[in-house]
Order: sequence, then C-alpha cells, then structure tokens
Amino acid sequence: MATTEATANVHERDGTAVIELTGEVDRYAEQAVESAYAEVASRGDGPVLLDFQKVDYINSTGIALIVGVLAKARADGRSVKACGLTDHYREIFEITRLSDFMTIFPDEASALADSNHSQEGGTNG
Amino acid sequence: MPRGLKSVTSRIRRREREADPVEAAPQAAPAGEPAPVEIAPNDPIIAYFQAAEGAVDVESLELESPALDALRAAGVKLVVPLVSQGELIGVLNLGPRLSEQDYSGDDRKLLDNLAAQAAPAVRVGQLVRQQEAEVRARARIDQELKVATLIQQNFLPKQLPDLSGWQVAAYYRPAREVGGDFYDFIELDEDKLGIVIGDVTDKGVPAAMVMAATRSVLRASAQRLMAPGEVLERVNELLVPDMPEKMFVTCFYAVLERKSGKLSFANAGHDVPYLGTPDGEVTELRARGMPLGLMSGMGYEENEATLAPGDTALLYSDGLAEAHDHDREMFGFPRVKGLTGGRKAGQELIDVLLSELEGFTGSDWEQEDDITLVTVSRSLGAGMAASSNGVGDTLADFEIPSEEGNERAAMERVAEAIGDLGLSESRLDRLKTAVAEATMNAMEHGNRYQADVPVAIQVLADDDLVRVRITDRGGGEQIPDAETPNLEAKLAGEQKPRGWGLFLIERMVDEMQVVSDEVHHTVELGLHLRGDDDGDN
Repeated sequence: MATTEATANVHERDGTAVIELTGEVDRYAEQAVESAYAEVASRGDGPVLLDFQKVDYINSTGIALIVGVLAKARADGRSVKACGLTDHYREIFEITRLSDFMTIFPDEASALADSNHSQEGGTNG
Repeated sequence: MPRGLKSVTSRIRRREREADPVEAAPQAAPAGEPAPVEIAPNDPIIAYFQAAEGAVDVESLELESPALDALRAAGVKLVVPLVSQGELIGVLNLGPRLSEQDYSGDDRKLLDNLAAQAAPAVRVGQLVRQQEAEVRARARIDQELKVATLIQQNFLPKQLPDLSGWQVAAYYRPAREVGGDFYDFIELDEDKLGIVIGDVTDKGVPAAMVMAATRSVLRASAQRLMAPGEVLERVNELLVPDMPEKMFVTCFYAVLERKSGKLSFANAGHDVPYLGTPDGEVTELRARGMPLGLMSGMGYEENEATLAPGDTALLYSDGLAEAHDHDREMFGFPRVKGLTGGRKAGQELIDVLLSELEGFTGSDWEQEDDITLVTVSRSLGAGMAASSNGVGDTLADFEIPSEEGNERAAMERVAEAIGDLGLSESRLDRLKTAVAEATMNAMEHGNRYQADVPVAIQVLADDDLVRVRITDRGGGEQIPDAETPNLEAKLAGEQKPRGWGLFLIERMVDEMQVVSDEVHHTVELGLHLRGDDDGDN
C-alpha cells in the first residue's frame, strides 16, 4: 500500500508556532516533523501547537516522533499543545501519557485562545 | 488379380505388435469365401516370404510351418509376398487357376509387378490406420485422466480445519496417471476431529470412484460411531459387497481431541503414521487391521497416543516412501521417520519432506504414484489459545508481503472483514490500531522486512469475540514482555523515544495471546464485540 507522504507546515498564529501535520504520522513523517521543529526552534521560544486535524493515521513510530518533539521542547523550555485529534488518537495520547506532558484541545481556535491565558485547562474534551 | 482366381486372405500377426494385428485383407471374409489363414508371428514362413524373390509356390515349399499347412488346406497354390522396406506387410494368396493349368511365367511376372506396386500403398494404409488408432487411444487415456483427476479433486477437502492451538497442513500431488490417494477431515463435535488418510489400489477412474465411495461411507460412519476401530469395521462391511475385484483400500483413521491432545486411531493396512516430539523422538502409530473391501467380518485394533505441545503426527501415502531415485533405490520409510522428529511443525514438515524427496529423486523425476501428506501439530503454546470452545467463523484469511507501510492495508482489510459485526467506532479503531501495530511488528521483527516472507492474517469471530491472528516466521525467538514504556526517561533523553508497539497493542484489545513454535510466531488479538468501555472515557 502506498503511504501518503506526511507534511508538517509551520505557521505562526498569536505568538504560537503551529505545526500543521497532514497525512500519516509514521516513520515516513520523521524528516518533516524534525525539520518543522527545527524551524520552530529557530523562531524563538514561544509555545508550539501540534495540529493533527488533517492526520488520518498515527502509529507507534509516530508516537515516538511526538515523544522526540516533546523531549526537545522540554529541553528548550517550550510548552507543547496539541489539537485536532480524533477521539481514538486522543485515547492513545492518554494511554501513552503523552497528554500528561502536553495540553490537548479540540481545535486550533481553542488552543490559541487558551494561550492568551495560562498553560492550563483544555483537557476536559 | 487374374480373373477366375480363388482368393484366400492371410492375416499376419506382427511380432512387435501382437495386440494390434495388422491385416492384409478385411477382417471378416465375405460369405462364401474361405476363412483367412492366420500366420503366427513366430512362424518360419514369415522369414521365408520376406526373403522370397517373387511369388512362392506353396505345393513345392518344404518348411515346418503351421501356416503353410493351413494355406495348403485352404487350397492356396501361390503366395505373393508384399514386402515394403524389407518388411513383410502382407501376402496375396492365390488358389488354383480355374483352367486348372499351372501359373505361367507371365502370370508370375504380372503378380510380382502387382505386388511391388501394391506393397507400399498397403503399407501407407496400414500406417494411417495405426496412427488413427493410436490417436484414439491417447485421447481416451487423456480423457480418463481428466475424469480421474476431477473426481479426485472434488473429493479432497477444500480447506483445512481451523483448530485453535493446532496446526493442520495437507499436501496432495497426483501422479500423471492419477492414483487413489485421499485424505479428509471430519468435524465430529466441538472438540473432536476425525482425520483420514487412505489409498485405493489401482489407478485412474476406477480408483477415483472407489476413493469417492470410501470417503462418503467413512464420513457417514464417522458421524454415527465415534470409536475409530468401529468406524473402520463398519466401512469395511459396507465396501466389501461392491468392491471391484482385485481392488482394496488402505486407510488410517484417527479421532483427535483438540483440548487434551488425545489421538485414538485404527488402521486398515495403511502405511504406519509417525508421531514426532520436539526433541526428535519418533514413535509409530501402530494398530492392526486388514485393508478395507477385501473380506467381511474384519476387526480393527484401536490404539491411543497423546500429542503434547510441540508434537507432530505425520500421515502419508506410499508415494513418498516408495519413490525411487535414478539407481532404483527407494526413499524409504526410515528416511520419512527420521525426518519427522524435531521442531518441524505443520507445513514446515511437509516442506522439508518434499525438498528432501526432490533432492533424492532429482528434479527431472517423473512421479510414480500419488503423494499425500497430512501433518497435525500441537502448537507449543497450545492450551492458552484454546480458551474458548469454538473459534467461530473465519471472516478473512490472507497474507501480505513484509514491506514497509503494508500494515495499513492489513488494518483496512481486517476492518472490512468485520464491518458487519456492529462494533462501535471506538472499538473498531482500537482493533485497527492493534492490528496495524502487530502487523508492523510481524513484518519488522518476525520477517525482517523480507518482502517474499509474508505475514498471515486470520480474522475469526463468534457471537462474543472477534479474534485476529497475525503470524510471522519469527518463531523460536524470545518474545519480550509488553513493559510500560518509561515516558519520563524518554523525555529526559535517557531512553530512546521508540518502544510503544506492544504496549499499545495490549491496551487496545481485551485479550492478547502469543503462540510460538520453532518457525512461526502468532499474536492473537481478541476484542469483545460489546464492552462497557464503549465511548470516549
């Protein structure tokens, strides 16, 4: 089966660097995710939002990629948020305890709205 | 032929083709004419005619020959041999001239000329006729082969039984001239499976017919009587009255109890099956009994064996053990027995036997007899996978090549197969993730991403549970426990970020079992169709 190449585009919104992921977050996404984070790191030390709205598949290798991003962000002292996860992947983020280290929002708007306040809330979806 | 000559036909039987006599004249002489004179292939007159130059005077010939006597008795005076390419292909027999004068020199010259011209034409006619007969015979044989093959194929099982905790494999390869081998599996109840292997003497259509009859009678008797000895006794009684002369059936019949591994069996003169253990010990599954269909009133001894996890029973036909190499040496029963022990299970043992056989006979070997092999192996991890009685219906059974990314195809095919089961979306998603992760593990760790080594996936369901079995060829290796990954250590860079697969699988499904033998490694995922955890939280 052909895998659709994942992309990870970075844009900035309200002081938050948004990494918009598309396609499949698996081992083929590694390059895209790492260079996206490198771009975020070059822009400053504001929070980063991983937007999964256009992602249709995440596997264990993809989880490892996200762990990698989270590890770097923590080393950089940067807070990480996530949005656009389906119920299923949200459950997986909870099972893997990724959700303990990143705040999860239903969508980009709510994630950005939250950044105007503090780094709390939003886990009650 | 000169007017007024009385003709007597001769029928020459050819030495090299006795079964197909070639005649120099129509087979049935018209009414009022003398019967043809038979010339036996070893009659010295044949050599004489063949060497003769021209017409031969029968009266004056001195030869110890039954044919000569017969020719004289029929009133033949003159014989004109028809010789083509140095071979006697017929004769012209002439009686006395009606004028009662002797044949003149001119007559003889005329006859010799006639013979010289007729001989090649007659020969051509003979060859054409012979050719036509051969074509007809070949077509008949081909047609018979087709019918026999068709019967045979129709009566062999279309699919193998699916037994949780067991591997059952079968192989059947007919010889060019189809023999009477057969095998069968009979579902007796939830726990018991009947296993049959047999061989009908003779080949072709008659053997195939007897095979079909035996199979039907056996199936009917097995359902009614449980004990293998009684089953064979009953089958024998039913077969005896209708068995064609000089034919009989050898047959080994066993009943396997899948939960306990108990195998009770009886044998009607079939090659003795072997039972091999993982440490290489092989025992023979012996039980006395006469072949089926010979005599009424036969009794069949019944014996028992138990297959422990890792054990394999091999049932086979003589086409394997009695295969010959170029020097006419036999593959032999000791060799079959020797190959049975050890950690070769299911299809693996069949593959080993066949490759050993090919090494023995050479690849240009024309198979002498049907070859049938049936293996019944109890998985090493047996017992744990047999947690529920029935395993339900098979919804899908497929293989995918071990290529990166193929786990998604596997996941989608499983999802499609269980589409009608009414799983909630969240449970379906969980199963899909578990299938994808297990398939990825199988392709990567089990098959090392060798595209030609497939991952086999089976989907089974009953009223309560859907099971997905994912099998790779990475058997014999230690399976790590699904430890909970230490996220803190990973985030701190003390551990690699990877290592989520098994952990995820375990959390996604309700049951996970791992069965492994020397060759295969199977992960069985089980998910209840309905759970109280349906929903988000």
